[in-house]
Amino acid sequence: MAAPKKSVAKETVQGNGADTPPEFTREQELTALRDMLLIRRFEEKAGQLYGMGAIGGFCHLYIGQEAIVVGMQMALKKGDQVITGYRDHGHMLACGMEAKGVMAELTGRHGGYSKGKGGSMHMFSKEKNFFGGHGIVGAQVSLGTGLAFANRYRGNDFVSLAYFGDGASNQGQVYESFNMAELWKLPVIYIIENNRYAMGTSVTRSSAQTDFSKRGVSFNIPGEQVDGMDVRAVKAAGDRAVAWCRAGKGPFILEMQTYRYRGHSMSDPAKYRTREEVDKVRHDSDPIEQVRNRLLAAKMSEQELKAIDAEVREIVNAAADFAQHDPEPDAAELWTDVYR
Amino acid sequence: MPIQVLMPALSPTMEKGNLSKWLKKEGEAIKSGDVIAEIETDKATMEVEATDEGTLGKILIPEGTADVAVNTPIATILADGESAADAGKASAPAKQEKAAESAPPAAETKSAPTPKDETPAPQPAPAASKAAAAELDPEVPAGTEMVTMTIREALRDAMAEEMRRDPDVFIMGEEVAEYQGAYKVSQGLLQEFGARRVIDTPITEHGFAGIGVGAAMAGLKPIVEFMTFNFAMQAMDQIINSAAKTLYMSGGQMGCSIVFRGPNGAAARVAAQHSQDYSAWYSQIPGLKVVAPFSAADYKGLLKAAIRDPNPVIFLENEMLYGHSGEVPKLDDYVIPIGKARVVRSGGHVTIISWSNGMSYALKAADELAKEGIEAEVIDLRTLRPMDTDTIVASVKKTGRAVAVEEGWQQNGVGAEIAARLMEHAFDYLDAPVARVSGKDVPMPYAANLEKLALPSVAEVVEAAKAVCYR
Repeated sequence: MAAPKKSVAKETVQGNGADTPPEFTREQELTALRDMLLIRRFEEKAGQLYGMGAIGGFCHLYIGQEAIVVGMQMALKKGDQVITGYRDHGHMLACGMEAKGVMAELTGRHGGYSKGKGGSMHMFSKEKNFFGGHGIVGAQVSLGTGLAFANRYRGNDFVSLAYFGDGASNQGQVYESFNMAELWKLPVIYIIENNRYAMGTSVTRSSAQTDFSKRGVSFNIPGEQVDGMDVRAVKAAGDRAVAWCRAGKGPFILEMQTYRYRGHSMSDPAKYRTREEVDKVRHDSDPIEQVRNRLLAAKMSEQELKAIDAEVREIVNAAADFAQHDPEPDAAELWTDVYR
Repeated sequence: MPIQVLMPALSPTMEKGNLSKWLKKEGEAIKSGDVIAEIETDKATMEVEATDEGTLGKILIPEGTADVAVNTPIATILADGESAADAGKASAPAKQEKAAESAPPAAETKSAPTPKDETPAPQPAPAASKAAAAELDPEVPAGTEMVTMTIREALRDAMAEEMRRDPDVFIMGEEVAEYQGAYKVSQGLLQEFGARRVIDTPITEHGFAGIGVGAAMAGLKPIVEFMTFNFAMQAMDQIINSAAKTLYMSGGQMGCSIVFRGPNGAAARVAAQHSQDYSAWYSQIPGLKVVAPFSAADYKGLLKAAIRDPNPVIFLENEMLYGHSGEVPKLDDYVIPIGKARVVRSGGHVTIISWSNGMSYALKAADELAKEGIEAEVIDLRTLRPMDTDTIVASVKKTGRAVAVEEGWQQNGVGAEIAARLMEHAFDYLDAPVARVSGKDVPMPYAANLEKLALPSVAEVVEAAKAVCYR
């Protein structure tokens, strides 16, 4: 089997953190494959359900970006915290939240993580240290900085991951957060998921500085660019950033260069890029294909790989089934949870 | 003619200060820019610079004199050629002013929060006042000692007590630590609790409000101070979309125990961008609690309650009230429940409803009305959300007439909400439409006369009360 093609999408740099990421063990490859496949199949199913009218409102899919959350999770330990914006289904699954609970929230049922009251953008799990799910672009960055503040206040060694996009990275509160994070040496990793488009506006049209790893330079925050399509590169960069934060050195910025195959959300016809561009990235750089190909090269059989896919599809199908049959929340829930 | 040096006002709301130190002696040469004295206010110690050249003629107010009113002549400067004899002439009228100003009143209150327990100044500071204890709601045990303190001190004590009690409580905001508080509310907290729990932030309201909310989501109990609520507009998204709504959106999982506090509404002469009253904006939002006390005891008891409340609480203070004194019960743990109004003054003819600085006008108006035989019942809402509808309805069922008094703008204001609730719950008892006395529908002007016109006045409240009484 030919070695996998290096992922080179237009305008992408190979990452300035390390030249070749360390190899994964078979165990790690299998974990990464399964976890990324779970997200991929889940998102494809969510897209389907949206088309059928079972999911309403906003639905932002993570297809193509799976390696980021999966690689980062491999660098964390229990107690570390994750917060992100509204493209959050992948993050939740990677944190270990149940596909059933996420899907039922998407369909607005009482078995959803938020009892159907939040929807796609507003799910949380204290147990899994997932702090949302936020609808306002950039809000999660100061909130995530606050999570890190709490860790520092308590004197523990947990790190917080605050994920946001290339679009969010131009928000003012991001820089306010950067300043305070570095000033107070807060243990937060800022992960900028640069998928090259902020809704319909490309980074070149929206950002004066498109090297997002440098966005912390004004505040002396170190940053790295990472090939976000290679789960090994993500984990390696994650390991470096996590070590930096746990050592009390303050925040770290990781720019993950990635791509989303679908539009910004389900309502986006994505006219701002060509079909060819999407296909090319998919063909050259797909994060799941990379792992598959490595496993096949290491003499794993197609059958074994198919079995992993089948297992994942079963989970997703069960989740979709649950999500479509679980009842909506009781009418009385309209009035609950306004105050504690 | 020798030049008189007058006691300067070092802040828009300063009315008096202590002349703590003279740095020049009589007969010493003075150049423009020289520091000649130090003045202490309740907020800071400031230096007085000479603007004129000459020789320091006579010191009119000796070092150590307390409560020197602004504009009191404190010294004379002799120009070249003038002598001490000339200085003597200039100082004569000043002496009389000095005598009048130098007796400090015991209680520096401008208005009576509880008319029955405030005695006219001057008088030795009361050590205990049983009558005062009985005026409080909720009541305190009979015989409880009452301590006179300023609202500033009551706030500080509330925060200090809660920080001692719960290690998860911390305060963050601009100048709260080393500066001892922009309005000296957090004075002494850094010294007692250290920099880990009393945190100076950069001027980044949006960012630090978000950090506060994130810390609260992680289980800490932040007190976020806004230097004024005008600056909190920068942070509005985090207050509303993150703090207020997340418990609901998460189906009850992700709460946020946080207090956003600071001065709200008009101060003095600080003009349009620094004078807005946000009572109406915040009290509209389900998920927030909004508290706006008036008396020192209420400030203390309600801030403690707000800090303990597991929900996000907007705690609206008022700069004009920080220096006001009142009686606060000396109890280990004086906490007042959020959501209960207080009948401050009983009366049968008309109900006047207000909160925060609006109470200043309401209470004075009640005194004026009493002279004409109109007995007003004055209600201090204390909490705007949840609003204590029952108390105001019960009062209006008795009086049949209501006047709402607010410093904020009338349209979509809290007064409108009060009127709507009274109409819904007490329509058959109303003998007149509910009247609203509000701030005028203009941005706050700077000129002193215009600012006075822009704000409500005691006369307007009296007029409205008489109108609803058809007098």
